[in-house]
Amino acid sequence: MITLNDVYIIGAGETKFGELWERSLRELATEAGLRAIESAGIYSKDVEVLYGSNTLGGAINAQNDIGGLISDFTGLAHNNIPAISVEASTASGGAAVREAYLGIRSGEYNVAAVGGVEKLTDLYGSEVLDLTSTLLDSEWEGFFGATPAAIAALVAQKYMKDFNVDHESLAMMSVNDHMNASKNPDAHYRNVLTVEGAVSSTMVAEPLGMMDCSPASDGAAAIILASEEYVKKNKMNGIKILASAVAQDYLALHSRKSIYRFDSTVVAARNAFKKSGLKPDDISFAEIHDSYSIYGLIELEDLGFAKKGEAKKLLPDDIKLDGRIPINPSGGLKAKGNPFGATGVGQFVEAFQQLNGKAKDRQIKSPANALLHSMAVSGSTSVVHILEGN
Amino acid sequence: MGELSRFWRESNHRYRMIAIKCGNCNEVYFPPRDVCPKCHRESIGKMQETQLSGKGEIVSYTIVHDAPPAFMRQRPYVLALIKLDEGPTITGQIVDADHGALEIGKRVRNVFRKVREDGKSGIIQYGYKFVLEE
Ligand SMILES: [Zn+2]
Repeated sequence: MITLNDVYIIGAGETKFGELWERSLRELATEAGLRAIESAGIYSKDVEVLYGSNTLGGAINAQNDIGGLISDFTGLAHNNIPAISVEASTASGGAAVREAYLGIRSGEYNVAAVGGVEKLTDLYGSEVLDLTSTLLDSEWEGFFGATPAAIAALVAQKYMKDFNVDHESLAMMSVNDHMNASKNPDAHYRNVLTVEGAVSSTMVAEPLGMMDCSPASDGAAAIILASEEYVKKNKMNGIKILASAVAQDYLALHSRKSIYRFDSTVVAARNAFKKSGLKPDDISFAEIHDSYSIYGLIELEDLGFAKKGEAKKLLPDDIKLDGRIPINPSGGLKAKGNPFGATGVGQFVEAFQQLNGKAKDRQIKSPANALLHSMAVSGSTSVVHILEGN
Repeated sequence: MGELSRFWRESNHRYRMIAIKCGNCNEVYFPPRDVCPKCHRESIGKMQETQLSGKGEIVSYTIVHDAPPAFMRQRPYVLALIKLDEGPTITGQIVDADHGALEIGKRVRNVFRKVREDGKSGIIQYGYKFVLEE
């Protein structure tokens, strides 16, 4: 009989998300990493393995091997511990945490660091759009003029028609994100948004406007994971990872069984709930990958918080900080920001603060369990984690 | 989008809308595939080329305003998901249509057009687009 180790989050840190022109990739990663180490109350020499998460560094910043870069500039390379780079499109963050989780769960390591970083503002907007479109199927989607936003718009148009959902309902996702981000000093956008302001924003791909789309952000986030044995030996408090699951769907939207159901999310969530022994009703709050407002609604359904076509019933009140199922207390992808490789790791930073009761103005009242959802561009990969507080 | 050989390789299928049919389950795939996702190894050696009619209906559509560099001159353009009569759903543009006439469920047929212009290399690439059927 093989026994598996329980895994705890013992530290978390991040940089501010936003347009950080003056900061380099390595500076951002190092800042987040050192904050996480300090938060854990350990020393760099205690870290046994590093997982680096990034999405487009090679294309945008001419820097591949983010694991190697972070290892070098945090000084971990001096100790010759392994450093692995993880790329899973915009789900890199969740995927990197899962790799670290597996490393500890298997018994191979006792302490693992995960660092996610992205710098999307090094190029002009249209060049970035060209590169983010390579996350789609380049030959059969991107070739014809598809962008991530255009794909989200195709999903939205059909969803809104079939379930009689209006643009105002979509906008409420963005409004909720901005309200929460206004209370988060690390957020890219801290302004409050109204439904009227959201629906009248400049069109990107109809029916989606700018306020339906997450911004291109820079930023970094890091967490430290440790085994139960390490946590007990050092008399630490940790946030337990109850379950970790990942699932895949066709890369191209046009090949999927449904265009408004993310089967990767459905399967990852189902597996995570099964492993944790919890149900959607047991979740106190969730951080979801709402890169586009429409995806937020669909994810509420595919994660099990609403039936298909009925996410609008949760908006706007149920998803607020004091609602039945608070969504994106951090401000989400729309307002906290979306620095791809850091986004999924940043969700853990938020959950670590919330579950430790240290989220200040945006603290959710005595949260027990959190669900975190990280997703590749239009739903090809989904990673779901369920955490348990102290 | 600089890898020229890749586009030559795919161009026959893209220019003439040639799909692949699984000889084991008869499912038609476009874009072409070397293995059937339902039959897996049972489909090996049984994937055969088949000509598409180029006709189908609109599953969903969007008018794209924020465009990558290779599509700047076409802004705003209509991108759609088209369910072809032979079964597969594909992504492509709808052209020559009054935006007000676009509707989910409407019939379309393919036309051969310039798809994109790479500003840096000057390469112009051709392929299918769709028009509303009369
Ligand atoms: Zn088959």
